Amino acid sequence: MDLLNALVAILNYVVIPATAYGAQLALGALGVTLIYGILRFSNFAHGDTMAFGTAVTIIVTWGLQAAGVSLGPLPTALLALPFGIAITAALMLATDRVIYRYYRKVHAAPVILVMVSVGVMFLMNGITRLLIGVDEIRFDDGARFLITAREWRDWTGLAEPLTLRSTQAITVVVAAVVVWALFWFLAKTRTGKSMRAFSDNEDLALLSGINPNRVVAVTWIIAAALATTAGVLYGLDKSFKAFNYFQLLLPVFAAAIVGGLGNPLGAIAGGFIIAFSEVGVTYAWKKVAGYLGYNADGLLQLLSTEYKFAVSFVILIIVLLFKPTGLFRGKSF
Amino acid sequence: MSFLDASGMTGGYGATDILHDCTLRVEKGQIAVIVGPNGAGKSTAMKAVFGMLRLRAGKVTLDGEDITALSPQERVRKGMGFVPQVNNVFPTMTVEENLEMGAFIREDDFTGTMEQVFELFPILCDKRRQNAGELSGGQRQQVAVGRALMTKPKLLMLDEPTAGVSPIVMDELFDRIIEIARTGISILMVEQNARQALEIADTGYVLVQGANRYTDTGAALMADPEVRRTFLGG
Repeated sequence: MDLLNALVAILNYVVIPATAYGAQLALGALGVTLIYGILRFSNFAHGDTMAFGTAVTIIVTWGLQAAGVSLGPLPTALLALPFGIAITAALMLATDRVIYRYYRKVHAAPVILVMVSVGVMFLMNGITRLLIGVDEIRFDDGARFLITAREWRDWTGLAEPLTLRSTQAITVVVAAVVVWALFWFLAKTRTGKSMRAFSDNEDLALLSGINPNRVVAVTWIIAAALATTAGVLYGLDKSFKAFNYFQLLLPVFAAAIVGGLGNPLGAIAGGFIIAFSEVGVTYAWKKVAGYLGYNADGLLQLLSTEYKFAVSFVILIIVLLFKPTGLFRGKSF
Repeated sequence: MSFLDASGMTGGYGATDILHDCTLRVEKGQIAVIVGPNGAGKSTAMKAVFGMLRLRAGKVTLDGEDITALSPQERVRKGMGFVPQVNNVFPTMTVEENLEMGAFIREDDFTGTMEQVFELFPILCDKRRQNAGELSGGQRQQVAVGRALMTKPKLLMLDEPTAGVSPIVMDELFDRIIEIARTGISILMVEQNARQALEIADTGYVLVQGANRYTDTGAALMADPEVRRTFLGG
């Protein structure tokens, strides 16, 4: 019984939250890795792209709610998501036209593009704050739980509670669908293949008649879709706050680099590695240890939650020291 | 007039010229080979024919049409196929996808052309689902040539196709190139292995310092004691 309770505790406090968080990071990292693979720079504005996309989605959600539109048990934000993606994609394309295109034309070094993206990051950060403010916003509606602690106790009779929030389940389902769609697009469609070809060997792609402007535009649109989806799922699961999204940049980049920059499969694996490490290291294991017959004096928490970003940093440093191309052999720096 | 006629090409990458009044001609279905010492401008001459180098003087015509002002991409549409010396495949894409990308500009059904490429290089058919980056050097060259053939070019240009492959694979590749020429495709090729390349060449161009030094049939160049002594190692 105690073993079962220990397993339920791990499931409830580590596995479920880390899976949802990992799915959100994976979507963010996919966007970073796609831009790195095709446009060949690390896009530091990605966190704020997530924030902007989420802010737009929240505003559309409010509009829908005011109009009385609802998805029943599902959050209204899912209905607003396509609008958020469309507007974010338009902003990305405009940014590319006004800013990035010039640097591509002069064949700027990747590090210059990174600095440019830092500028874009501050700009988007400002736009988001002007648009929706700096406060914390909760915008999840519909059913809150798929499994509540009380239901769980009634069903199983276990002392240890287990809850499954609907946003966690939605995160995993939506992320799975998005990842499947992206991989199908890259593997099967002509445009997707031309993007991979462009990422593989730009000169040969140009020689083969692949239109670089089209590849760049499609990349931005997909990156906008991934960033907005990741941001909305994160916001539904936790809450929306512009500054938190800026901070998300670190775990997102860590995930992309751990998996191997430029490698989509690696981005997904990296997302879950970072998420499970972060949650695992900051979880207080005292209760689980107690169920297993070890009564600890302390909390058995390796790191307090305020330091969770240190986990990404440490993993990042270890990977860059020992396997700079990442676990899935991406492009090295 | 020859099928490909690149005459009087003069130009270079920067202020100084690399090519000096260089002329290359290929007849329909024939093989022309450019040989010469290192730094003679062989690859540069080929790039000039393909439009990757701005010419100060000279003219390139393909099948009688003046293409001097066209970009490389436009020349592909006019019927030129180019196989670069290095980085000539998409390494993380399968053999089949590499060929598909070769046919990117084609609007029509290209499965027939792919079948022909697989007939020419049977090993590619066996490895069609494998990533090009995982193949051996010789197989990768076959993918590169196959990719260029997917647009059904009238002129195929090869920049040192046998660089870094074993002698056996080299012979095999040359055999395939002869086969390609027999289907009516003209071939312009830069080669380090001058002796073997001249053996299969209808026309040989010996370039020295960006200018034509000797031009003759492959056999005649091989027989010329002067060419043998200076360029073919006796």
